[in-house]
Amino acid sequence: MVTLQFVPYTEIESLSSIGRIRKLLNITKQNKIVLLQGRLRSDEEAELIKTTMEEINKDFTGIELAVISPHRDTTGVKKLKYNVMNMVLGDRQGLTIIGPASLVKQIKKDPHKIELFMDQKKIRKKGKR
Amino acid sequence: MKVGGGVVFNLLKQFVKKVLGDLFAKKKHVKIGLYGPPNGGKTTLANRICKDWLGEEMGTVSNIAHETREINIKEQISIESKGRQLSFNLVDTPGIATKIDYEDFVKVGMSDTAAKKRAKEATKGVIDAIKWLDEMDIVIVVLDGTKDPYSQVNITIIGNLQARKIPVLIIANKIDLRKASLKKVQSAFPQYSVVGISAKYGKNIEEFYESLFVLAG
Repeated sequence: MVTLQFVPYTEIESLSSIGRIRKLLNITKQNKIVLLQGRLRSDEEAELIKTTMEEINKDFTGIELAVISPHRDTTGVKKLKYNVMNMVLGDRQGLTIIGPASLVKQIKKDPHKIELFMDQKKIRKKGKR
Repeated sequence: MKVGGGVVFNLLKQFVKKVLGDLFAKKKHVKIGLYGPPNGGKTTLANRICKDWLGEEMGTVSNIAHETREINIKEQISIESKGRQLSFNLVDTPGIATKIDYEDFVKVGMSDTAAKKRAKEATKGVIDAIKWLDEMDIVIVVLDGTKDPYSQVNITIIGNLQARKIPVLIIANKIDLRKASLKKVQSAFPQYSVVGISAKYGKNIEEFYESLFVLAG
């Protein structure tokens, strides 16, 4: 069995960057896949990778991460509208997926679809526990 | 007040010296960083640049991921093209990854101890590479042209460079391989210059140097 935990943007909105990263990593370390509404800032994404590396050990081998941001590559008026909405509402458009590397082998993504490749052996092992 | 010709000449000399001095001082400290996911060919490209302009290699390469686990710097590289000159310090960084499992190294034949050591060093290498982002003046993002360019690591690296206003050149490496697709990399990052090369065989390396001159202004 695989658990997906949805995290609405309102749950991380008021947190500091460290608080956001901590919250998302704690869920991932419970062997759950995080579906975050919106996305982190690029510096927070880098910080997430850094923190992940600091915490790697025998049981936690890292994360798989993907962000779907449908309006990021738009131009002109659409881009302006997207930027204004982000300024007012925060970066809540799109979806961020974070899974423990022990369960999620790979996340494949192109602009139109997203595929999660799971480690079947690890999922079966987890289900037996 | 009357100012003598000698004074004017000295002031002019000082001014020219300062301007040129600043210019060269600035040039001396230009740092060009090689960034990207593991096994994209960063060190192979660093070796190509160093071999072409210094006659020596910079680091060791391997098919096993995370061969480069420390920041390596080669100072004072000068490249020339069409009468122009560009001097820089080249910084080769460890590949940035979101996961490192020592068992992956065991699977390719390493001993348990060596694999654990490599994994530990690799995690530190990723942290160092991210920390060094702020130090760079120009970054060359080296991607494996045979792999999926939409990986979040690539997007995160480029997003961070964009946020820091650091000029970026994207390299689609390994174009000598049939699976490589320059078009795929270009369509993933349409707002950036993407050059397809084979760092290993030197294919299209002239276009790479030319793009570097354009980027450096």
